[in-house]
Amino acid sequence: MRGFLLNRLSQSLILLLIVSVIGFLVLNLLPGGPLAQFGLDPSMTQDDLERLKEQLGLNRPLLIQYFDWAWRLLQGDWGHSFRDGAPVLAVIGRHVPATLLLMGTSTAIAIAIGTWIGIRGATHRYSLFDYMATVGAMVALSIPTFWFGLVGIYIFSLQLGWLPAGNMYTIGDGSVLNYLHHLIMPSIVLSLVHVAIWSRYMRSATLDAIGQDFVKTARAKGLSERRVIMKHVVGNALLPMITLAGVQLPSILTGALVTETVFTWPGMGRLFLDSLGYSDYPVVMGLLMFSAILVILGNLIADIAVAIVDPRIRLG
Amino acid sequence: MTALAANAGPSRWWRSRTVRRFTSHHLALLGVTMITLLTLACVFGPHLLPYDSLYIDLRARFAPPLTGDHYLGTDPLGRDVAARLFMAGRTSLLVAFFAMLLSTMIGTLVGVIAGYRGGWIGAALMRTVDGFLSFPSIFLLLALAAALKPSPAMVTVIVAVTSWMEVARIVEAEVRSLREREFVLAGRMLGLSGAHIMFREILPNAMGPIIVAATLTVAHAILLEAYISFLGYGIQPPLPSWGNMLEGAQQYLDSAPWLAIIPGAAITIAVTSFNFIGDGLRDALDVRDDRV
Repeated sequence: MRGFLLNRLSQSLILLLIVSVIGFLVLNLLPGGPLAQFGLDPSMTQDDLERLKEQLGLNRPLLIQYFDWAWRLLQGDWGHSFRDGAPVLAVIGRHVPATLLLMGTSTAIAIAIGTWIGIRGATHRYSLFDYMATVGAMVALSIPTFWFGLVGIYIFSLQLGWLPAGNMYTIGDGSVLNYLHHLIMPSIVLSLVHVAIWSRYMRSATLDAIGQDFVKTARAKGLSERRVIMKHVVGNALLPMITLAGVQLPSILTGALVTETVFTWPGMGRLFLDSLGYSDYPVVMGLLMFSAILVILGNLIADIAVAIVDPRIRLG
Repeated sequence: MTALAANAGPSRWWRSRTVRRFTSHHLALLGVTMITLLTLACVFGPHLLPYDSLYIDLRARFAPPLTGDHYLGTDPLGRDVAARLFMAGRTSLLVAFFAMLLSTMIGTLVGVIAGYRGGWIGAALMRTVDGFLSFPSIFLLLALAAALKPSPAMVTVIVAVTSWMEVARIVEAEVRSLREREFVLAGRMLGLSGAHIMFREILPNAMGPIIVAATLTVAHAILLEAYISFLGYGIQPPLPSWGNMLEGAQQYLDSAPWLAIIPGAAITIAVTSFNFIGDGLRDALDVRDDRV
């Protein structure tokens, strides 16, 4: 286990290094580079900019600048927001809970529904249900998330008046029920694509597990079909799903950004777009790096979780 | 892949197993039909409709579908939605197609070199792929779109830059498994150059998975272009794209829902079709299904 952990951890560190290089390159691609925020200020003359460059060490070789930037990133000095001068990490921190709430709820929905569809599709292979689920998943993967959100708002907010069209809560009403009421539609919208993905993977994982010898053994022991499926098949099919949850993180974050925009949900995605609108590049860069780190960490945790549950990986 | 090679004889290719399998895949045929109709509509539609996509008529603002000659209604500036939809389709489909070509080329190049060379070159390339995959694609896309002037060509490039990784992974795995095969060894013994073996000997045998991945990349690229254009950082007006037609649609959702529903439906139809075609090709070309 120790060898596995060390190996996996060093992989994540290398990945972090590569991600930081990509992030740094994007930062230098932004108009005006790291000084973009000052370039827009009319009271700054070209001389001032040159002086600033000198002071901040931006005329040094790119490689040195990169190490300087990466070192400050490691120390938690992510710069300051252009909009209000607040530290970037603090600004991001304020928006993380809303996104995590949205992502957590929609992942729970996706896993619950997707797993059920997948198992039913595998145990009733080539049935009408299986066929509909397969076609349905392909269509669901093709629907733009924001459009699904707009159609949802049109039907359930504007026509039926059942659900709020946006925001996280009604101002002046801090009750849990109010939060839940606002959470329903965005989390369902965000979960659609992932219901499709989970159901496809669960179907194939279940089919894989059904063909294994231990399932034949379980059947031969005279266990009821229901027990065989629930205990032996599903138990084993769920294992790779932990890895999948990690792999799906970037796509959930992408979906969250779009969903948050449509539903004016005060999360990281919304912050990202607002910051782009204000040319608040320190926050944009911060979010870019933060989301990538979140993804790397999520994958690391998923892999360790699988290793803890599955001795074949831990020891092999 | 081998099926493709074996059946690529000079005559009667249309009776090959690959073609037969594809044509017995109903969803794939549906996809081909829908994409053909959509393409024809985008090519000829604007010439057949009575209104130009840029013609502003403030007396005819917010006309619902089927008002006079405005079959799909008009937008807040009184422009004909049908004409705009087809012109937008040209933009969106062309951007997606060229983004697919570019990302498939990048992905194939990276994948072939990483798979054939292996060693530290292969490791470095594949870790770069992982690095790109660690960013939520929309974050990277938006940051790049904000940094660079989003002309249609630039949108194509940044969509390609953020979607080549899947192809690279598929090609790398395929090439790595083909690398030890006899025909490659034979090529080496004949003294062929590494580039010749990689691109003339191995690559043709890996075409199946590449074709499938490329088809699915078109679907993916249509979605990505729609996302960033919807958010205002992709294709810029007055040039219409399916994504930017939806940009202002949310504020008129109550009074003019067709402005949101129609372009979104076009995107969904196009993306679904390419996903169906990709699924059919996967079956027809005998491509192992890792993605499920």
